[in-house]
Amino acid sequence: MSPAISPDILHVDPALETERIAAGIRHIVFNRLKRKGAVIGVSGGIDSSVVAFLCAHALGKERVFLLFMPEAESSGDNLRLGRLVAQCLDVQSIVEDIGPILRAARCYERRDESVRAVVPGYGEGYKCKIVLPNLIEEERYAVFSVVVQSPDGRMKKVRLSAKAYLGIVAATNFKQRTRKMIEYYYADLLQYAVAGTPNRLEYDQGFFVKNGDGAADLKPIAHLYKSQVYQLAAYLGVPEEIQRRPPSTDTYSLQQSQEEFYFSMPLAKMDLCLFGKDNGIAAADLAPAAGLTEEQVNRVYTMVETRRKVTRYLHTAPLLIEKIEGV
Amino acid sequence: MDSAVIAQQVRSFIIENYLLDSQVTLANGDSFLQTGILDSTGVLELVAFLEEQYGITLEEGDLIPENLDSIDNILAYLSRKMKITQEQSETSATRVTAWGGNK
Repeated sequence: MSPAISPDILHVDPALETERIAAGIRHIVFNRLKRKGAVIGVSGGIDSSVVAFLCAHALGKERVFLLFMPEAESSGDNLRLGRLVAQCLDVQSIVEDIGPILRAARCYERRDESVRAVVPGYGEGYKCKIVLPNLIEEERYAVFSVVVQSPDGRMKKVRLSAKAYLGIVAATNFKQRTRKMIEYYYADLLQYAVAGTPNRLEYDQGFFVKNGDGAADLKPIAHLYKSQVYQLAAYLGVPEEIQRRPPSTDTYSLQQSQEEFYFSMPLAKMDLCLFGKDNGIAAADLAPAAGLTEEQVNRVYTMVETRRKVTRYLHTAPLLIEKIEGV
Repeated sequence: MDSAVIAQQVRSFIIENYLLDSQVTLANGDSFLQTGILDSTGVLELVAFLEEQYGITLEEGDLIPENLDSIDNILAYLSRKMKITQEQSETSATRVTAWGGNK
């Protein structure tokens, strides 16, 4: 019989891991990229905060530049907590309101047109988010619905058509791509590298926008499971309010958890399942540690594999017809 | 409608929209999920195709691989669903006649 798997299997030595990542950041930024520091877009969430702390530890506080990029639909807490990170680290930072760029690109207008295709009457004063069904309880497809809240507070959930889904996603992707454009403005200005902030779940499962938050010069925590990011946050002294804050995508006007948008299960369980899948652990052995049934773990294993296939495009760099020698 | 005709229509839809230039051959029993042919957007497009083509409505609970994960599964699902839809429309036609008769 296989040994029991403990939920503690994802525990890391935070001091050791911090030094390992810091050495990696220094090597990548100074030696491989020949840049003088790092720019980080900080959302006030756990991932970007940990990356900011790691970069400050690795490169020195004078070589880190933080950006806060709110827009009309951002939670006010994001900016406040982002500033708290800058204050804790005593690093340079700036606020860039991306609202005017998004309005000029008709981001909100295009998105609302797509929502109206399935919810006629959606408009001024309404809020929305897109959600997935619960995929653990039964085997079903990951098809999105839109949840809208009318100005008088009534909620409605409608399954999206393919056209409306693509229209909403294409329009909201302006947000991540605009933020990245601003990050590279400062990177060019300062001769810094852009540090991306995906954790392992996001990176592995394609939870990013191609050429948006998926673009970066280095991704210092892409190998860390979400629960390991929390362990490093505690060790590095990331403000407790940020550590306690539920993860959110900060993309839609209605508050949307990452579970609702992408993983459709609690992130701690998803972490264990991804670890189990990566390490060839049988579903029956992992199930007790994850608090799931063997059938549910098998379902997640299949889901992980399927998503790897369908999100391969997001990881693919521009492809050439033939190799260019010397480049 | 003849099931061979439906099979051909569904097969053409899958090939034209998802296999594109691929050399993959698709058997009627091949799983769309396992072969990576359909993602979540693809499922939504398939749903729209089935609803428009066959005049049915797919409910939330219908969106499971047992119904949609291969050409065979779709055929079996359509056969059940269209029979149900037909029975429902016959029942409502009977009701309309009955109500008409009561007036």
